Amino acid sequence: MKSNDVILQAVTKIVVFIILTLAVYLFFSGHNNPGGGFIGGLVLAAAVVLLILAFDVNTMQRALPFDFKVVGALGGFIVIATGFGSLLFDVPFLTQTMGEFDVPFFGEMEFSTVTIFEVGVALAVVGVVVTIILSISKDV
Amino acid sequence: MIDIMLIIALALFGLAVLITLFRVIVGPSLPDRVIALDMIGVILISGIATISILLETKAFLEVILILGILAFISTIAFSKFIERGVFIERKRDL
Repeated sequence: MKSNDVILQAVTKIVVFIILTLAVYLFFSGHNNPGGGFIGGLVLAAAVVLLILAFDVNTMQRALPFDFKVVGALGGFIVIATGFGSLLFDVPFLTQTMGEFDVPFFGEMEFSTVTIFEVGVALAVVGVVVTIILSISKDV
Repeated sequence: MIDIMLIIALALFGLAVLITLFRVIVGPSLPDRVIALDMIGVILISGIATISILLETKAFLEVILILGILAFISTIAFSKFIERGVFIERKRDL
């Protein structure tokens, strides 16, 4: 059967970018407000799921040529690596720190190592959720 | 005054969820249930907006965005299931 879903695919191409913007916003607002790596990763995974629904798995894999199992494993590695990185400075495992720097044009900005940790969490969540979706959709 | 109005609105939203739940449970066909679920999502969004007016806070606005996205994706998934019989296709026949 020839399928016609022009409207769905046209809307999806716009809405995916809105969802990705929300994911980035949630990721960075996690410093002082509700948000953070976990739900940022979940919203990123929602964008990928929307792509899979509107197109199909092969098209999604051609657009995002990542092995999502490797993405999840990379996220777990980043989380553990930031934990062990604190051992280099003679402080307990998973100790985080932050500092204020003077950035040109933006003024005073605050950077912290928690952001790297959160990147790892977000990658792990995206990898695991998309892997689950892809494997339960497989034909038996 | 406005507090009383908001609380009455919240009670009516709860009543609306109950009525919609009736349609979800006994709805004669699958599309009825899907539309009722989508409507529950919309009512939840309105309820959260009312609560955030009542509490005078901005903390729930992200919840509204995420609920909207999830309701959108779930409606698309269900309508695709009704149309095609599958949620996710490996390869599309064009």
